[in-house]
Amino acid sequence: MTGPSPARRRLLPGLRSRRWAAVAAVGAALVLSGCQIPSFGAYKGATTQGQDAYKLWQGFFITGAIIFLLVFLLILWAVLRYRRKTEAIPAQTQYNTAFEIIYTIVPVLIVLGLFVFTFITENEVDALSTTGDPVTVNVTAFQWGWEFQYPTYDVKVLGVETQDPEMVVPANETIHVFLRSSDVIHGFYVPAFNFSRYAQPGVTNQFDLNITHTGTYRGQCTQFCGLYHSLMLFRVKAVTTSQFDTWIQQKQSTPQSSGSIAQAKREILQGRAS
Amino acid sequence: MKIEGLFLLGVGIFFGAIGIAYWLLSYEDGGGMMLLGACLLGLLPGGFYYYWHRRFLGYRYFYWGKLERTVGVRLEDRPDATIEEGAGVVNSFPGSSIWPFCLGMGAFLLVLTFIFGVWFVAPAVGLILVAAVGVTAESRRGGHV
Amino acid sequence: MTDVIDLPVTGAGVHHPVVHEHGADHGHDEHGPSGLLKWMTSTDHKVIGLSYMITAIVIFYLAGLMALGVRIQLASPTSSFVTLGQYNELFTMHGSLMLYLFAGPFAFGGLANYIVPLQVGAPDMAFPRLNALSYWLYLGGSVTMLMGFFVAGGAANFAWVAYAPLSNVTNSPGAGADAWIMSLALTGFSAIFTGVNLVATIFYLRAPGMTMFRMPIFTWNMLVTGILILIAFPVLTAAVVLLVADRHFGTHIYTVVGCTTTATAGHPAVADPTACGSPVLWQNLFWFFGHPEVYILALPYFGIATEVFPVFSRKPVFGYKGMVFATMAIAALSTGVWAHHMFTTGVVLLPFFSLLSLLIAVPTGIKFFNWIGTMWRGQLQFTTPMLFCIGFLFAFLMGGVSGVMLASPPIDFFTHDTYFVVAHFHQVLFGTTVFAGFAGLYYWYPKMFGRMLNERLGKAHFWVMFVGFWVTFMPQYIVGLKGMPRRVATYPTNLGWHSWNFVSTVGAFIIAASFAILLVNLWTSWRRPVPAGNNPWDAHTLEWFTTSPPPHHNYTHLPPIRSERPTWDYNHPEHPTLAHGPGHNGSSNGHAGHTNGSVATTEVPAS
Repeated sequence: MTGPSPARRRLLPGLRSRRWAAVAAVGAALVLSGCQIPSFGAYKGATTQGQDAYKLWQGFFITGAIIFLLVFLLILWAVLRYRRKTEAIPAQTQYNTAFEIIYTIVPVLIVLGLFVFTFITENEVDALSTTGDPVTVNVTAFQWGWEFQYPTYDVKVLGVETQDPEMVVPANETIHVFLRSSDVIHGFYVPAFNFSRYAQPGVTNQFDLNITHTGTYRGQCTQFCGLYHSLMLFRVKAVTTSQFDTWIQQKQSTPQSSGSIAQAKREILQGRAS
Repeated sequence: MKIEGLFLLGVGIFFGAIGIAYWLLSYEDGGGMMLLGACLLGLLPGGFYYYWHRRFLGYRYFYWGKLERTVGVRLEDRPDATIEEGAGVVNSFPGSSIWPFCLGMGAFLLVLTFIFGVWFVAPAVGLILVAAVGVTAESRRGGHV
Repeated sequence: MTDVIDLPVTGAGVHHPVVHEHGADHGHDEHGPSGLLKWMTSTDHKVIGLSYMITAIVIFYLAGLMALGVRIQLASPTSSFVTLGQYNELFTMHGSLMLYLFAGPFAFGGLANYIVPLQVGAPDMAFPRLNALSYWLYLGGSVTMLMGFFVAGGAANFAWVAYAPLSNVTNSPGAGADAWIMSLALTGFSAIFTGVNLVATIFYLRAPGMTMFRMPIFTWNMLVTGILILIAFPVLTAAVVLLVADRHFGTHIYTVVGCTTTATAGHPAVADPTACGSPVLWQNLFWFFGHPEVYILALPYFGIATEVFPVFSRKPVFGYKGMVFATMAIAALSTGVWAHHMFTTGVVLLPFFSLLSLLIAVPTGIKFFNWIGTMWRGQLQFTTPMLFCIGFLFAFLMGGVSGVMLASPPIDFFTHDTYFVVAHFHQVLFGTTVFAGFAGLYYWYPKMFGRMLNERLGKAHFWVMFVGFWVTFMPQYIVGLKGMPRRVATYPTNLGWHSWNFVSTVGAFIIAASFAILLVNLWTSWRRPVPAGNNPWDAHTLEWFTTSPPPHHNYTHLPPIRSERPTWDYNHPEHPTLAHGPGHNGSSNGHAGHTNGSVATTEVPAS
């Protein structure tokens, strides 16, 4: 009672084996259920890159949820079980070397595992295709709208704020985007693609999109860019290859009426009382 | 003093290691420079403390290998030191002084030039100079003007 | 029972010539300044610490009101509670006030200033006048930032991170922006001076027997925080100086637009972006400060938790050395991860920053297990400080797990700049600065003022805040994953974000109600004081040995210091603490309980 407590006191008698059994059961259930793993709130991904990111998200979420549950239950147990019952002073345990080593090494291993999967997925998402004939789109962000320019076809789409300009691209083909900004930093974000990238002045970012389903996907500027940041919307419309060719021909035959970025900015400033 | 020295030297060595790894992996100037700066931040005072630790122990020559423990350790580093052993005066603790307020307000006025105009520099710099002189005089007289 | 060693402040180990002097000590109040002048000239760390804390809490309430403004605006999709421009000012100033002017200064300028000298047995901080200067610079800096609201063009509106080129003179021309920048300069220097003071005090002014591994964990955390401050804040100051140069002295350090090559004969100047600077440079500099900054904010509050858990479990800290090394590891790693805020720029080395960011979870996990281990098999008493610390555990647990997710670039690509991140950092920051911060307030309030805060009101404060906290921030995770970006004043009506935002706003008002309860508690404790005594909590560390509030120069008596719990050892000699550090590996009975408890026969006056 009065001496120092023994060094090797077990802190989790009995509970240990039950806890690990529970974890194993949950893990097995998840593995066995295979493709029924819930999405945990994220988009499943409308691009191949987005789908890779989605799988990584699921893995991280499950790992995080298990760790959260484990620590949460430990705290709850401690708080409920060890309420003060008497005035007796408890054993003054100061350390337990075995436990401390375990809960240093095991998290390192978990983290390294997470890193390996991160590294693999990262390379998949950021990979730029070197073969084939991608559709190239130059995306320029500006205060406060988007311009989509197709250099191969000499076609341009420009829209400001809630005009919600549409980037029409073919599905199931590689789309190569060059992204930059003409003034401040903006963010090119399409939630359904599980992807965003900064549009910056002086630095051109490149990335590939391989959209797997046709459809219209909303996008928005995510990097705060000033007064009308909230209104900087755009859309990505994935169509079939033939529809895309038709659209290109349409745009090429009609005169370019979308104007220039500088013109659009002038119109914004004129149209708004500061 | 040894622990402080090792602490800061550790900081310096850590940044050195991270800095070298980062530089070799990325050749990025900004981060490399900042990590180098942090490395020096640790090595400089850390080396100073470590050197004084060895001087304090009574080594006549500062070179590796001469290990004569003569003088001993500071009281706060000795696990069995008693309070009465440390009897006496600790240090000079100036009890009250107007100069920090003066200097602080001078700095405050100085930055207000960006709001109110360049003419604010005059009272600001004036206050700062008065405070600088005042605090120096105060220190020379042992902390009391 | 060990005899009281009748001795005041001691420790003649410093090899500087000692000057016997105390300005206001000659005759105490009769000869020294009084009233307002006494406050303005005080160099007493307790007075300065209290000034910091009161100023910081006022700013906290102001920033909280701004948060309410933000949440009211977001409660409905196309609200016009504030204009778009006013909204940008609101969230910029909310973040800036909270991060630059409340969380840090409350911790290292307020609590640490007050508590660290007491915990190491020192009469004051190492540099008292520098300490006072820190406070006046902080006050000046706070006023400067708030002045932004009163200048033409309004307060700063470019978010608390002030990314270039948005923060340059073309995009943010007003004086409010300059006020914001200058405020950072002032408070930055204030923090640096406090960091110097903390490190010097902890290295040099410990009482005899208080070896490094007998310091309380709060003091260890403040030491590491002090060094982090010295690493991080100068970089911010440098970045801000360059920003001022860009804004007012025509340089092109961060800007790219508008640069031209130099004109030569036959070749007029043309626009040449490569002739200019780099906006990414601002991000690199800022985040090299910014990430250690959030650990500067977190570590003191971790320290508070590590003080509160042992006291209300009636056990020592579990894994003391592990805690110390975990703190050092967290601080070390935090300096190497800055670019995880820049994953989406496309120009940073993703694996390096991702790995280090993921690794920070390990020492943080160690700390968690040690806190749980402290409670394990203890006799837990759920006083208000303990409740707040348990709330901190839950909040930080979830915030930490979401942080691990953000450390992975592919996941960061779709959560960056969305409400997922907003929920993450609010959970970790609110969990530390607010939950653990209030734990510290309730815990040390009796020591500082000699009176107790009402326990029932304190518990009500906790529960209302705890409920409000989860109601506010859980919907933000959901809506962030659905794609809602941050820093938006309005959002589309047809995306299903409305109901979640509304719930979040309700939660914000619940939190606000809890702060009203705190004000009532502070008021009643002042009007109807309940005296506290030296050690109302039966706490462990040195500051609880002296009176409440402590006398001038802190200690008239000091107990023998043989472990990290000198007061506990003095009060409970039959339950000694194993000492840590050189000469004591903690595995034997060591010196615990067998001190050189000789009584001093010479009375040395407090010098």
